[in-house]
Amino acid sequence: MSEEKKEREPLFSSKNLKLLKEPLNMSNPITVQVLGICSALAVTAKLKPAVVMTLSVIVVMAVSNVVISLLRNGIPPRIRIIVQLVVIATMVILVDQVLKAFVYDVSKQLSVFVGLIITNCIIMGRLEAFAMSNKPWPAFLDGIGNALGYGVILIIVAFFREFLGSGTIFDIKVIPQGFYDFGYANNGLMILPPMALITVGVIIWVQRYRNRALIEEN
Amino acid sequence: MYSNAYVFRYASIMVIIAAALLSSAAMFLKPMQETNMAIEKMGGILISAKIEGVETEQTIRMFNEYVTESMVVDQNGEIVESQTEGNMEDGTAFTINLKEQLYNKSKGDPYQMPIYVINKEGEKLYIFPLMGSGLWGNLYGNMALKEDFSTIFGVTFSHDKETPGLGAEITEKFFTSQFVSKQIFDDNGAFTSIKVVKGGAATLPEADQIHGVDAISGGTITSVGVDEMLRNVIEAYLPYIEKQRK
Repeated sequence: MSEEKKEREPLFSSKNLKLLKEPLNMSNPITVQVLGICSALAVTAKLKPAVVMTLSVIVVMAVSNVVISLLRNGIPPRIRIIVQLVVIATMVILVDQVLKAFVYDVSKQLSVFVGLIITNCIIMGRLEAFAMSNKPWPAFLDGIGNALGYGVILIIVAFFREFLGSGTIFDIKVIPQGFYDFGYANNGLMILPPMALITVGVIIWVQRYRNRALIEEN
Repeated sequence: MYSNAYVFRYASIMVIIAAALLSSAAMFLKPMQETNMAIEKMGGILISAKIEGVETEQTIRMFNEYVTESMVVDQNGEIVESQTEGNMEDGTAFTINLKEQLYNKSKGDPYQMPIYVINKEGEKLYIFPLMGSGLWGNLYGNMALKEDFSTIFGVTFSHDKETPGLGAEITEKFFTSQFVSKQIFDDNGAFTSIKVVKGGAATLPEADQIHGVDAISGGTITSVGVDEMLRNVIEAYLPYIEKQRK
């Protein structure tokens, strides 16, 4: 990114790496901050839309974080939220158009949810909390980190929902026909949105069990 | 502190840049998006004839392989144009704007409608593209009739922005499979269309059940939209269909 920064601090210093790793676990947007739940419920019935959604959020998040960070000294504070919105909205429309051009079937499945990335609280939250006061490179890492933290949960949830709900992974049958012959049935409940919430709940439980620091004191 | 003039300048320049960026992206990506839409349209036509599981890359080839004839009929049921070879996707029938033609029909003006003929294992199927409106936006579809021009072989529906989980369910198999083997004409040869019945087709008199299907719970306006789309569009084809039935 910026030239002078490279001399002073290595690109992947431990501080910068922390920006990337922290959201994956200790400050995960979904399981710890409980942001972006609505889209997590909607697009996780199958793995493919979940992966495309993750990639879209990574692109929107990283680019808008960098753009806002580059502009941060010129943005008049009075209209900063509007500026952030315009940047996010532009990115979201671009992503939507690109998906429509290259992965049409997936864009149909994601339907309104690509457009709704703009309402994903994670993005504006990071712009306001981080990009407005940090240099482009850390902002870029912070964007990637938070989007990944969101995406990892999405993909884990989608894996279980697709595996148990449809018996497939990426639309490839993984449960042998023999199981069905013995009376095994796909769990239709897994395809419905409420099970996404329960799966997220289980993930939060497992994460807090392994990471006691996250447990709140009463 | 920033002056008001600065704020206005900043906002205007930002909006202009964003607009320029978006419109150039839209212009650049449009051809690809249009190809995708054409492929989806062909896929719908094939699926209504129960030719399923066609790979996206294969769709154009399969479409040309199965569709033996595409024709354009007018309001008197006369065949205006018929194409039996070459690339069907460039033909007049495929490029007709159904919305315009149905608008002409609603005004009582002359109109032209496309029909596709698919030859499936020796059986001739006639595919009629459908278009209407649902709750939030347009509905589309295809209806395949058997050679008797009354029995439905298969249908597909799609939509722009019906409510996911409610109206959007019209695309699902449980809904479209209800149409199979239904009749659009009664025993006396009168046009009945297919009714999408709230409360279930079972509430209809016994004799009418062959002309009705169950509506979608929670998707009333979309169901009504499907019902109206079928009646309105088949009506547009009626002169042609009745000629064939004689």
